[in-house]
Amino acid sequence: MSTSPVQTDPRAARAPRVDYRELIRDTQVHGTLYTSPEVYADELERIWYSTWVFVGHASEVPEPNDYVRKKLGPQDVIMTRDSAGEVHLLLNRCAHRGNLVCDDKAGNSTSFRCPYHGWTYRNNGDLLGYPYPNGYGGKNKLQLGLGRVPRVAEYRGFVFGSFAEEGPSLEEHLGAAKGEIDRLARLSPTGKVELTAGWLQHRTHANWKLLAENETDGYHPQFVHGSIFSVTGSPIGALYSEKSTAVTRAFGGGHSENDLRPEFRRFAEPMRWFGTTADRTPEYVAAMKQAYGEEEANRIMIEGAPHVMIFPNLFIAEIQVFNIQPVGPGECVQYSTAVQLEGAPELNQRMVSQSIGSVGPAGMLLADDTEMYERNQRGAELLEPQWLEVSRGVLRETTEENGAVVAGATDENAMRAFWRHYKNLMLEGR
Amino acid sequence: MTLSFPEGDPVPVEDHPIPARDLRDYEQFIYREARYADEHDYDAWEALWTDDALYWVPVAVSHQSPRTKVSVMYDNRNRIRTRLTQLRTGKRYAQAPASNLRRVVSNIEIEGTVESESGHVDTVLGANFILFESKEGRNEIWGGRVTYQVRDVHGELKLVRKTVNLANQAEALPNMGFLI
Repeated sequence: MSTSPVQTDPRAARAPRVDYRELIRDTQVHGTLYTSPEVYADELERIWYSTWVFVGHASEVPEPNDYVRKKLGPQDVIMTRDSAGEVHLLLNRCAHRGNLVCDDKAGNSTSFRCPYHGWTYRNNGDLLGYPYPNGYGGKNKLQLGLGRVPRVAEYRGFVFGSFAEEGPSLEEHLGAAKGEIDRLARLSPTGKVELTAGWLQHRTHANWKLLAENETDGYHPQFVHGSIFSVTGSPIGALYSEKSTAVTRAFGGGHSENDLRPEFRRFAEPMRWFGTTADRTPEYVAAMKQAYGEEEANRIMIEGAPHVMIFPNLFIAEIQVFNIQPVGPGECVQYSTAVQLEGAPELNQRMVSQSIGSVGPAGMLLADDTEMYERNQRGAELLEPQWLEVSRGVLRETTEENGAVVAGATDENAMRAFWRHYKNLMLEGR
Repeated sequence: MTLSFPEGDPVPVEDHPIPARDLRDYEQFIYREARYADEHDYDAWEALWTDDALYWVPVAVSHQSPRTKVSVMYDNRNRIRTRLTQLRTGKRYAQAPASNLRRVVSNIEIEGTVESESGHVDTVLGANFILFESKEGRNEIWGGRVTYQVRDVHGELKLVRKTVNLANQAEALPNMGFLI
């Protein structure tokens, strides 16, 4: 047996470990893509440590020197706002002996002090000092600091990080999916989304891609969620029926949506998307009309919130936001929270209440989705028939002017587009 | 997705020091509640609750304000009904098939009494629990502290409030479709 070289930087460019041309077909994907440690290792290099990844929201660190612990893939990062107001993503690892410099989940501090030997860092990652400096020839002698996620960018407060020093800008990465974040923000009379309701952390024994694919799968809701739809008399099921006028749209870049607007426009009732009426939310309706004018406000309140999956890990499900982070080939964590809209107090508590009922480990929707993810994972480990199908609707796809691929509400065009983008990343890099 | 739940908000209660009845009565009630939950006896479990019920499973952040921060569960009486009705469909897949559950509740203490908004004087009890969950392919161990608010209704004890503070509430939790 030959000695293998020491694995150095997992971000380093190297040939893919498996043949993705072989494993990803136009309408089928191989089961090992969900189970293989080699595939997971490739994904860390080519996706999680390369592309833009959603990490958190600026409203989680509203004040100077606020910080909150986050994950970027399996990396433990501290999202800080420095005293000048800039947001940083710092790796939670002391430059001295690798200890964790931050053990609180959140707080406010201008600096982090490693408990091991007392090294201290400013909240932008700079090394401030170390005890007994003579051992290093005096103060300020070491050119060290906390690791930093080299590129950090925000879009409407959604904070993304990229471990790649260079590459497409965040706006280029988001592409047409950006408009869906805009659409969410426009539901606030001041145009601002906040993610301040805290996050549920949902451990999931399944590969992260099963979740990413499911988020805009309009085929499953009537089956997986039939129980809660029937109990609550929910009209959601009909949005995802074969007769629905809603569409599944793949924006490119692996991003996709279930566009429910055709259904909501058909009813043309403001606030129907939120399961209520304009009469029951008078202050909100008035604030929206004040902000956008009667016609535009009505349009926004009829069309409702987006249902968009932004590659690889941000899912906006109308009033909930999910942040999916992998732990290993067969495990990930879903972080979920309720959207909060600035200037919409009538809606915000209700969004928290509905989210508690719907998502997280006991959620009446998400616990059932999660059960499905975990069963899928176990199935993917079985040897035959080897392939998973993503062919639904392939005969009725159409391409819009801007290149988006559209098919029916229950079609799998979003999954096919996810895999096209994934294959490209795995073969070509970002 | 936006699911609408048709219920209002639960009512907070204030501290009110009044002596309680014998601890054994409360223990028997707590053990019965635990057994109904373990055995998925949804009808018997549901019948334990008063109309001003609150079943709360907080995470770390929920303690700041359960109305404005997320919780694992924050069920009033209507949402308890919704949750149980979903379970009874047999298509609540997180619990179909159901987990095999057994829990031990111990260290039961009478913590005091509170006056509810409805004017009732309720007894508050605290206890620790360990719950073993067996599902196909894996086991989970759950543990934490439960606070029960119990009311004497015409000589019969009823459950007004159950708060389950999981020991691992600051960490990622697996699926929890059963009654904890």
